[in-house]
Amino acid sequence: MDVIQWQRQHRDHQASMFREGFLDDQFIQLQKLQDETSPDFVIEVITMFFADSENLINNMKQALEQTPVDFRQVDAHVHQYKGSSASVGAARVKNVCVTFRNFCDAQNLEGCARCLQQLQHEYSLLKSNLQHLFGLQQQIQAAGGSIPTIE
Amino acid sequence: MAIAADSQFHVLAVDDSRIDRMLIERLLKTSSFHVTAVDSATKALKILGLVEDDLRNFDTSVASKFHQDVEVNMIITDYCMPGMTGYDLLRKIKESKSLKDIPVVIMSSENVPSRINRCLEEGAEEFFLKPVQQSDVNKLKPHLLKSRVKEEQEQPINNKRKGMEESYSPNKNRQKM
Repeated sequence: MDVIQWQRQHRDHQASMFREGFLDDQFIQLQKLQDETSPDFVIEVITMFFADSENLINNMKQALEQTPVDFRQVDAHVHQYKGSSASVGAARVKNVCVTFRNFCDAQNLEGCARCLQQLQHEYSLLKSNLQHLFGLQQQIQAAGGSIPTIE
Repeated sequence: MAIAADSQFHVLAVDDSRIDRMLIERLLKTSSFHVTAVDSATKALKILGLVEDDLRNFDTSVASKFHQDVEVNMIITDYCMPGMTGYDLLRKIKESKSLKDIPVVIMSSENVPSRINRCLEEGAEEFFLKPVQQSDVNKLKPHLLKSRVKEEQEQPINNKRKGMEESYSPNKNRQKM
């Protein structure tokens, strides 16, 4: 497969991620911050985001397993996750966090448990989609090509 | 009188989120600022040498500056942080003889008008909604250049309140939850 085809796949995959709401404009802002002086900026931030995601989701899970549940503690984790997902452009994850916080405020355990499941699902989808995207990126760069950017 | 506009400004960024720290650092660096990023208000106060300030209430700002390890031209801080909040940090800075003229910018993920007003009333130059954008960072240079001019003219009166008379409106273009 030649560079042109890898680039087309990359462009199409990224476009579909935007269309399906996985990513929003903030992801483009991250790409704009990447240049020769910081060539791996996007991957570095996203890698950090993956680590934070796993940590925070685990914290939420543990907090929801306590008896009684401290909803303020759960909310603190969700608030943090909402912040970091917004910062990287992870729109669907962020939206689940918003709903999740409402259930925390209402001290609705069932609602919170459902949101946790949704978060795990959305995070998993986002992660595999982004890993696919970065894989294509690496193929392109290995073949000496440049990454197409969305304008 | 020449203004040293091309010597780098040093910004102290404070945020407990490491992703947001990475982002703000990158944003500031692409605008040619020199950046120090810390994860708590307590660490920020250490860098600012504020601990020393209490001991010398009668000092001149010159004497205090020698005690600061590094000169900081601006502080940009997250509002919501465990322990000391960005608002507490803002107040401590404005209460300090030696530091009160350093412009302070607050960042927050939540659009709460009363919070924004409180910070601006306490003397914050700007309030940025997160995620912070390049267009927000572009607003910083004028505040820094103004501070530098003031330093050179050795004006005793703090003119920051002037900025507050201009109407402030949070960036409505981005969708916020």
